Amino acid sequence: MIDLLGREFFQLALIAALLVGLCAPAVGTFIVQRRLALLGDGIGHVALTGVALGFLTGTAPVLTAVAVAIAGAVAIEVVRARGRTSGDVALALLFYGGIAGGVMLMGIAPGGSNAKLNSYLFGAIASVSRLDIWVIGGLAVAVLLVVGIFGRELFVLCQDEEMARASGLPVRFLSLLIAVTAALTVVIAMRVVGLLLVSALMVIPVATSQQLTRGFRSTMLLAMLFGVIAAVGGLLVSAQSAKVAPGAAIVLLALLGFVLALGVGKFVRRGRSSQESTVSERRSVSVKEVA
Amino acid sequence: MHLVSENAFTMTDGRVTLDRRPILRGVDLTVRPGEVVAIMGANGSGKSTLIRALLGLTPLSGGQTLLYGRPPGRFRDWWRVGYVPQRLAVGGGVPATVREVVTSGRISRQKRLRLTSADDREAVASALESVGLADRAADPVQALSGGQQQRVLIARALAGRPDTYVMDEPTAGVDAATQQLLADTLATLVAGGKTIVLVAHELGPLEPLITRGVVVREGRIAHDGPPPEPEGECARPGHEHVHPHAAEAAAGPLRGWQGEA
Repeated sequence: MIDLLGREFFQLALIAALLVGLCAPAVGTFIVQRRLALLGDGIGHVALTGVALGFLTGTAPVLTAVAVAIAGAVAIEVVRARGRTSGDVALALLFYGGIAGGVMLMGIAPGGSNAKLNSYLFGAIASVSRLDIWVIGGLAVAVLLVVGIFGRELFVLCQDEEMARASGLPVRFLSLLIAVTAALTVVIAMRVVGLLLVSALMVIPVATSQQLTRGFRSTMLLAMLFGVIAAVGGLLVSAQSAKVAPGAAIVLLALLGFVLALGVGKFVRRGRSSQESTVSERRSVSVKEVA
Repeated sequence: MHLVSENAFTMTDGRVTLDRRPILRGVDLTVRPGEVVAIMGANGSGKSTLIRALLGLTPLSGGQTLLYGRPPGRFRDWWRVGYVPQRLAVGGGVPATVREVVTSGRISRQKRLRLTSADDREAVASALESVGLADRAADPVQALSGGQQQRVLIARALAGRPDTYVMDEPTAGVDAATQQLLADTLATLVAGGKTIVLVAHELGPLEPLITRGVVVREGRIAHDGPPPEPEGECARPGHEHVHPHAAEAAAGPLRGWQGEA
């Protein structure tokens, strides 16, 4: 382990894991609140076509993936905002198109191979290069800035879109913003856990955190902590054996955390609800007195 | 036009069509500052659609509506309007505290890149105080009862300190204590010169505050004028809901009024 920590590829992998662990749950909290938990999966599927386009054209796959993922996210948002009944079918079509397009283009591309395809589908954190880290770092800063600057408005939007409208918020812009931010997050997480598991890091830490918290902000902050623990922890676990895939280890660790939180949360909530009932009893008594 | 005398809402020949079904069929409605307007009507008469259209939440398919003299798309002073929807939307399951939700009522007064100010905190605290939820501020809204959630919605609107309140059935499904609390809160607002437009099935303790009654029937305004003097149980606006015969009940509150007019 000490030996690994001294190696550059492992240091880069650690940085990548840390950034993903921070960003994915931050965006994920808004996405889950907006009932779009599967948005990350959708964008992930579409991003595969972007990766393959990169190989085909000899551009850095991360960059083409960003472009195509953003285009996909915007398309999904447009379908969501417009559609009523046919929305989910249209989304499904987009997902399948993304995977099929990715597999096909990857086959045609000169440098493409099944191994390369797999490294994007399931992550290849050990092969993260310095260029990747710059791109991932830049995207992570962008994502955290969006959350910091627009967080208040995004909270209102994701909580109650109608309220956002009645408050004069730029609903269309904010909806696109959250979709695009999700797309950036997917691309950051792509190298770490892979496109097929990207959404896990956006959703599981949030689901874990909300077992234990009472507010939106606390849920987000705790989810970010869980995200970092899972990402870095999973990487360290996989470093013990070459047979353990880092992406899978990270996601399974996050799931383990969820199961634990489920148990702890039940316990916490039981204590809390008995406390609450005494408060509300007291309140109803005092209201009666007033009336 | 002087700002003070500007009408809160001006709808001219407002029409709304949803799924090719006409919901509003030409509504003219002007709400002047300081008025307390109750919008009444049977279920499906279009009264909720009417207030949503007044706010621009539901687009018009014909006619026009103005918010303080501007169409909703070009209206900028959203802090002047506080909307209280029928139910609290709790999103996809991420908890939010009572304080977080009430603070979101400040959003149209806040600027990007500015932290929550002392004014914001003060407005939120006094809004929580006036609906009697100060001791629940740190609790998740999901853990509250329906009546308490209704109070959260009212507190959210109060926190923004708007000039005009638009409330969609604030008294529906709420216990008597909350209805009374709402009436007391509204009385304070009315005394402060605020404009209130509310949809209600039953006015209950709100009745003495209402200065104008608007009855919507089949997407048109069937009555617009002073609120009805209750003459016997059948003339009371809330009557339709407890009446066993639905068809009669729909016409019930109108008879007395049309007789008056």
